[in-house]
Amino acid sequence: MSTAHTHGAGDHQAQHADTHHDHGDHDHHGPEKGWRRWVLATNHKDIGTMYLLFSLLMFFVGGSMAMVIRAELFKPGLQLVDPGFFNSMTTMHALIMIFGAVMPAFVGLANWMIPLQVGAPDMALPRMNNFSFWILPFAFTMLLSTLFVPGGAPAGGWTMYPPLVLQNGTSFPMMIFAIHLMGASSIMGAINVIVTIMNMRAPGMSLLKMPLFTWSWLITAYLLIAVMPVLAGAVTMLLTDHYFGTSFFQAAGGGDPVMFQHIFWFFGHPEVYIMILPAFGIVSEIIPTFSRKPLFGYDAMVYATASIAFLSFIVWAHHMFTVGMPLAGQMFFMLATMLISVPTGVKVFNWTATMFKGSISFEPPMLFALSFLFLFSIGGFSGLMLAMVPADFQYHDTYFVVAHFHYVLVPGAVFAIMASVYYWLPKWTGHMYNMKVATWHFWLSTVFVNVLFFPQHFLGLAGMPRRIPDYSTQFADWNMVSSIGAFGFGLSQLLFVYIIFSTARGGVKASDKVWDTAAPHGLEWTLSSPPPYHSFDVAPEVK
Amino acid sequence: MSKCLKYVAAAIAACLPASAALAAWEVNMTTGVTELSRDIHGLHMLIFWICVLIAIAVFGMIIYSLVKFRYSQGAVPAKFDHSTKAEIIWTIIPIAILVGMAIPAAETLIKIEDTRDSQLTIKVTGYQWKWHYDYLDQKVNFFSTLARDSDQARQLHSGIDPKTVPNYLLAVDHPLVVPVGKKVRVLLTAGDVIHAWWVPAFGMKKDAIPGFVNELWFRADETGTFRGQCAELCGRDHGFMPIVVEVKTQAEYDTWLKAQQEATKQASQPEAPAPAAAPAATAKIDEVATAIVAKAE
Repeated sequence: MSTAHTHGAGDHQAQHADTHHDHGDHDHHGPEKGWRRWVLATNHKDIGTMYLLFSLLMFFVGGSMAMVIRAELFKPGLQLVDPGFFNSMTTMHALIMIFGAVMPAFVGLANWMIPLQVGAPDMALPRMNNFSFWILPFAFTMLLSTLFVPGGAPAGGWTMYPPLVLQNGTSFPMMIFAIHLMGASSIMGAINVIVTIMNMRAPGMSLLKMPLFTWSWLITAYLLIAVMPVLAGAVTMLLTDHYFGTSFFQAAGGGDPVMFQHIFWFFGHPEVYIMILPAFGIVSEIIPTFSRKPLFGYDAMVYATASIAFLSFIVWAHHMFTVGMPLAGQMFFMLATMLISVPTGVKVFNWTATMFKGSISFEPPMLFALSFLFLFSIGGFSGLMLAMVPADFQYHDTYFVVAHFHYVLVPGAVFAIMASVYYWLPKWTGHMYNMKVATWHFWLSTVFVNVLFFPQHFLGLAGMPRRIPDYSTQFADWNMVSSIGAFGFGLSQLLFVYIIFSTARGGVKASDKVWDTAAPHGLEWTLSSPPPYHSFDVAPEVK
Repeated sequence: MSKCLKYVAAAIAACLPASAALAAWEVNMTTGVTELSRDIHGLHMLIFWICVLIAIAVFGMIIYSLVKFRYSQGAVPAKFDHSTKAEIIWTIIPIAILVGMAIPAAETLIKIEDTRDSQLTIKVTGYQWKWHYDYLDQKVNFFSTLARDSDQARQLHSGIDPKTVPNYLLAVDHPLVVPVGKKVRVLLTAGDVIHAWWVPAFGMKKDAIPGFVNELWFRADETGTFRGQCAELCGRDHGFMPIVVEVKTQAEYDTWLKAQQEATKQASQPEAPAPAAAPAATAKIDEVATAIVAKAE
């Protein structure tokens, strides 16, 4: 039975009162005052908050680079930036959005929610938790400072393909060291998640009683530990090729530039799922809540997530069908990739079945989750199209690919993050946000994200390559539409910032359950809003 | 019903801006002019319509649920939380659909990879940022770079409206010329970084990688001029190394080839007595250099 843990809810109310009492007796358990609270943070909520705010900041830094890209592409001809700087923008936009915005947002959510969902007082390794967060500001300061070094920021694409990446100037070692730091941070975050989930679950919470957000993060954490070292190895080989005379990827010295692509995508494809599995978990929490019906097929959802994670290790070469692989290799990677649509389809069908015969209401988290469901599916369809090797020979490296991965990352991962913020923000802050503004934020985001990315399918099919600062005039119209969508989408996100900060500051008191008329499941709703500083002083019992 | 559709079509047509007539609002892949490109286009449309059908079924179900089971309408939630039968069905059906898609895809792929029995072999080398074409057996080779008017217009703040430049960014000084109806094998490599050679109308794209030779083939069924671009990020001017292929009749191609061979021969003749000429040239340079130094002093 999937949602068994909520049966213990009644008992927790009693413990919850205890928690408050306990709290009063031991004032030194409260947060430290001033800067020490943040710099020396070991509390999972404080660290989670820092992760989320850092991610929000990076979302705007990376977003402003996207605005530069879309402004230059507003019409044909070069109006604003040099092509070299344009390439820096596409490269930095991707690195910042992936490693600075989406991944830290999920780690922040894991920090906040996993102890609450498994009934633990905190994360298992609080000091490592502090370290893994505080590495990030340094990593991104270094990465962003490349904008001011001779030769400019990295401009070879976030995929860092040699030999092109070796042409970067001073920014090259800085980028690699920044990536090493981000990788170290991710690995520590992942270890923390695994140790917490494996050791600190409340009595009675077996693995198959865990909430799906926690489940999806457990699987994601294993993916991170498996592939971040692979990325570190790949970029280190680039470094030695550049400075220490090795020829891993240089044909002139007997190396192979394509080998880098294999190693990179062996990291890169699991990375794609690192950015989407926690989103699946979030949606699996929100849809049952606002459908007032238990999640359909809990076990199947867990197994589907695990299958997707497993398959993610054997499909990497579908990112590089045009490098000239043997026929058998192309066949294998085509079939393996198509297979991923089966467990992904199971998830979409199960979410649909959860809503079927439910009692559905449309609060902002549900709106974002529904938008995720539709638009992520569109990204899934274009993914299936891209899996067909012959068709991929046409799609590859065009705007069709750009449209595809933005559909799975923006209305996919990013909308799921927004849904989770709207779902748990009242729990975190103790205040309900302004629903009307949040609904506006939803509609503006959903409309503009489609105006922004849907025409990019057309551009790609009509033959526009990606990563170009200027284009032939037949692509002018859809590019203008796309740019208008980009500006609208970017501006709409200011509403999101406004809601977060105004809700943190004050507002209508949120109840413990927050969604009183809906049916939220899970231990987090048995705690007060905001939860006590040490979430569960006494482990709740799950029946 | 058909009347209704007609009205909708008329309404859509009326809404489209005038420039739609110029086919600038292109939304789909080109059918192309080769067997492979037509096969690929057919495959693309097949997957597209399968996806549309799945989308109609799934999205239809979601929308139905959202409309029918609304909390605001007093819907009472059911209690069920799984159905093994349903889950088996929606695992098996997608697998069947995938098999149906994989078979034609595999057939086309096998055809694409079969480069045997080609009638003309051209070695294509990518450089930052131009292409080099080498007709291996015909002893003709040349570079192909962005046309000068495009190059002027594409400079930052050039002040030239790209719309006034014919085939802006898709024109070159020396296009590749191939005969119609002949199986052309293209050998791809690169001199510096990775590039990718792509002509959408031929349906094929492949990376040009330094130190490696890739191959692709095409057989154009129509004469005409076909344009493409480099499709792998290759540095600052990646967006400015287009590909233009002129497909000519065999007779026109032969004439063109002869002219090229003549030009190559003439260009190489003065270089023939190179050993003798070289010292003379060096002496001349020395003379000029001495003169310059003397002047400077």
